[in-house]
Amino acid sequence: MAGISKDEVLHVARLARLELSEDEVARFQEQLSAILDAVSKVSELDLADVPPTAHPLEIENAWAEDEPRPCLSLDDVFANAPERDDDYFRMPPA
Amino acid sequence: MSETWEPVIGLEIHVQLKTETKMFCRCRNGFGGGPNTQTCPVCLAFPGALPVPNRRAIEEAIKLGLALDCTIAARAVFHRKNYFYPDNPKAYQISQYDEPLCSNGRLAVPTADGDVTIGITRAHLEEDAAKNVHVAASGRLHGATATLVDFNRCGTPLIEIVTEPDIHDADTAKRFLQLLRQTVVELDLSDAELEKGSMRFDVNVSVRPAGSGELRTRTELKNMNSFNFAAKGIEREIARQIGIYEAGGEVQQETLHFVPGEEDSPPIRSKEEAQDYRYFPEPDLVPVHPPAALVERLRAEIGELPGARIGRIADTLSFYDADVLVTGGLDRLWSALVGAGADAKEAANVLSNQFVAAGVDPGTVNAAELAKLVAARAEIPRAAFDEALSKAGDAGFAAGPYLEQKLVADAGELDPVIERVIAASPGQAEQFRSGKEGLLGFFVGQVMKETGGKADPRIVNERVRAKLSGT
Amino acid sequence: MIDALRLTAEEAKKLLDAREISGAELFAAYAERDDDLHAFLYRCDDPGGDGIPIALKDVIGTKGVPTTAGSKILESYLPVYDATVAANCKRHGLRLLGKTNTDEFAMGSSTENSAFGPSRNPWDPARVPGGSGGGSAAAVSGGLAPWALGSDTGGSIKQPSALCGNVGLRPTYGTVSRFGVVAFASSLDQVGPVAKNVRDCAYLYSIIAGRDANDTTTVEVPEVELPTAQDLKGMRIGVPTEMNEADGIEPGVSAAVRKAIELAESLGAEVGECSLPRSVDYGVACYYLVAPAEASSNLARYDGARYGLRSDGDDFREMVMATRHDGLGDEPKRRIMIGTYALSSGYYDAYYGKAQRVRTMIRREHAEVFEKFDLIVSPTSPTVAFAIGEKAGNPLAMYLNDLLTIPSCMAGLPGLNIPCGLSEGLPVGLQLIGPQFAENTLFRAGHALEQALGFDVVPERLR
Ligand SMILES: [Mg+2]
Ligand SMILES: [Zn+2]
Repeated sequence: MAGISKDEVLHVARLARLELSEDEVARFQEQLSAILDAVSKVSELDLADVPPTAHPLEIENAWAEDEPRPCLSLDDVFANAPERDDDYFRMPPA
Repeated sequence: MSETWEPVIGLEIHVQLKTETKMFCRCRNGFGGGPNTQTCPVCLAFPGALPVPNRRAIEEAIKLGLALDCTIAARAVFHRKNYFYPDNPKAYQISQYDEPLCSNGRLAVPTADGDVTIGITRAHLEEDAAKNVHVAASGRLHGATATLVDFNRCGTPLIEIVTEPDIHDADTAKRFLQLLRQTVVELDLSDAELEKGSMRFDVNVSVRPAGSGELRTRTELKNMNSFNFAAKGIEREIARQIGIYEAGGEVQQETLHFVPGEEDSPPIRSKEEAQDYRYFPEPDLVPVHPPAALVERLRAEIGELPGARIGRIADTLSFYDADVLVTGGLDRLWSALVGAGADAKEAANVLSNQFVAAGVDPGTVNAAELAKLVAARAEIPRAAFDEALSKAGDAGFAAGPYLEQKLVADAGELDPVIERVIAASPGQAEQFRSGKEGLLGFFVGQVMKETGGKADPRIVNERVRAKLSGT
Repeated sequence: MIDALRLTAEEAKKLLDAREISGAELFAAYAERDDDLHAFLYRCDDPGGDGIPIALKDVIGTKGVPTTAGSKILESYLPVYDATVAANCKRHGLRLLGKTNTDEFAMGSSTENSAFGPSRNPWDPARVPGGSGGGSAAAVSGGLAPWALGSDTGGSIKQPSALCGNVGLRPTYGTVSRFGVVAFASSLDQVGPVAKNVRDCAYLYSIIAGRDANDTTTVEVPEVELPTAQDLKGMRIGVPTEMNEADGIEPGVSAAVRKAIELAESLGAEVGECSLPRSVDYGVACYYLVAPAEASSNLARYDGARYGLRSDGDDFREMVMATRHDGLGDEPKRRIMIGTYALSSGYYDAYYGKAQRVRTMIRREHAEVFEKFDLIVSPTSPTVAFAIGEKAGNPLAMYLNDLLTIPSCMAGLPGLNIPCGLSEGLPVGLQLIGPQFAENTLFRAGHALEQALGFDVVPERLR
């Protein structure tokens, strides 16, 4: 059983910037343990000689020429902004 | 001191490419426009936006890789580097990880004692972050009450160059950086201006007992925005670490942020938070497989590199002069001057002193005309020579008018002026006579001033001494 | 006079071209129907024009029209640009009826994970329409849209089409642009059509397919052929044992699929057994590592900084954590955490790295099968539509709905669902899978079978 500890739940939640309540930690610990147990099935296979697939299509060298295209208007840039300060996005201090 | 210590230095340099557009979108790359006017769904990370690589940026990275004698990967892959920060809108930076475009290269840094070869671990492409402005009454980052973000710089192309920890003193680190900068500028990839941030570097420093192969805990020096500042910072850090070990302590892994403009104040220290960037292949992009023909075309576009030219010129001049000329971007003009008949040492002196001060683009200078002036420098008034240098890049620049402004070397013409000057300062004249030799310069200066800089300083010197001594 | 439940897009186009109906009348015939299935999250006013109406899954970005991806974190979000597929629809005059319900960020198999409440199955409103594209599937079979677009990562077009009795295509990865589509798992996501029959499905696919300069993972696509053949002569159809005899396949589903396979043989197909042993065995595990890993990164941009929900926090970090706590539902949170874990230092090789190798193995197994067969068939979903709430408390049980759709998605292959009968009064879906870029083969086979099966796509209770 590839269980996941409470500390590990909190660790991944922190990495993923998810605030969790006590209840959620307990619930997710149980659910994630079950899921990780199921997906750990991949470790049964010895695939040392099999290369990884990152992408189902074998294509390469897809790029564009270095030619400018129009940018968004400031109205569009800030259309959905929670907080705009002059022409900047405003957010709590880093 | 029972032990001698060997510093171990590695560099990580980011160079901003001067492409027309950004790395993964076709917004304009570069200054201009107000905040957030050079943005689009891709560089603002709006839902659904996808990156499209910039062909020119890829070519330029390959070119730099070739100049650094790197292996160009048959298959290069973009990876995502995941972390949250206001300047990182996707919460991942598209970078390269275990399959970089360029790897395993080297840059030979000429020194007075021969070349020092620094290994290049890798050179890869990535995108820059946005610019944060931290707003607070005090202006200090710590007391900030808000962050304002301008995404214009977000997504602009960077080449990151990582060296092996092959550097063992601050001066070599500085020379490496200067040479790399000149290489990048000559390949026309980047302005590489430290003040503008188009070239930035971090330095990793550790020390170890000389002769041991171990790698001890290193500290990272950030935000140093001049080469001299870097050399000074490295030296200070080396001394600090040696001090700690000799006092029986342990160096802590940390980052030292230097405050630009406050070179003498100690850097701000911060513990490195253990990062977990969760790199994985960027699934929105396909691999880069540089076609052999492209690589060969790029290779053919590279001329003789600055490092090689320093070695060549140092055969004629001193190593120091060669280094200054090449890393200052002046050696091609120097060669042209020498080719046009100027004395090699004389031309080097003029270029690395007065010419640099004149701020003229060396590429625009008519070398044949300037060579005439260099040859006649001793006979031309200083002021006229300086003026000539400042005009040397102008269209139609000619030596003739300046050559006509001969120095006044005739004693008959100079003596009355000298006598007048001595008479005006009897006190100083008396002091000179009683042994205060240093005052000679005072009188010479006065004479030069009176003659509008046209007097021949050598003759003035002679005559002033003679007059003061009453001979 | 317009039978919204039965009218195909092709028939609608004929009526429009003959000026027997106007575009406005056609639009109204769908727009005025009551959406008691909660198929839509947003219904549009008639944008005008003479084209056929269409519904788009709410992960497809539409300029000026809300695009929420079924998430509270995007509840107020109004795109300032069109997804390429939305632009393609516009260019063909298709009139946007609205945005259909989806599991949050397309994560789910029942549409119950929508932050705005579940959609209902037109055949039985107490049951789920499948997911994540349950809204599109319900809209098409409920007479609320003649056709629709969905998106499929591990079965989100095929499975709801099966549960609602539609035709749905998950195209070959790379044939349809993802630009402007809210990303779930980039190496798997594909937009595709949901329709009442195969010809409509093929036609809609022809509108959206093709290389897009804004999506470098797209390629040029073979010209789409609208199917006409009534037989399957010369077609070699493989029946993978593991996919037709897997644990959990309901007997009624098996029976309907078996009958369809027999029918295929009688239409001239050469039917043979084949095997995809490890693809079925390891597919779900592989998928639930790869997709969450990519999702953990794709969903990281929802940080409250530039758009969407923002919750209060004293500093950036706290603001981001509070926003994501408040704005994301349990399923995205679970997958983000699984994905983060699978990519994190010390676990990458054992989880994400391993899953990528399994993915290669799955591709190879399929490639081998397609050396002998033109396409393979199986049930699309092991079960017919299940009751709302039945699996909601057990994420792992929910994941097994995708057992049969996942393997081909991992391999980037096209898959078509066609309805092939009823079990307990509910539609059963037949899955046809082909090699890369074999959409025309799927259309041809699907069309011939569809004709022979004579399945009535209108839900019994609505006839
Ligand atoms: Mg970097
Ligand atoms: Zn942009």
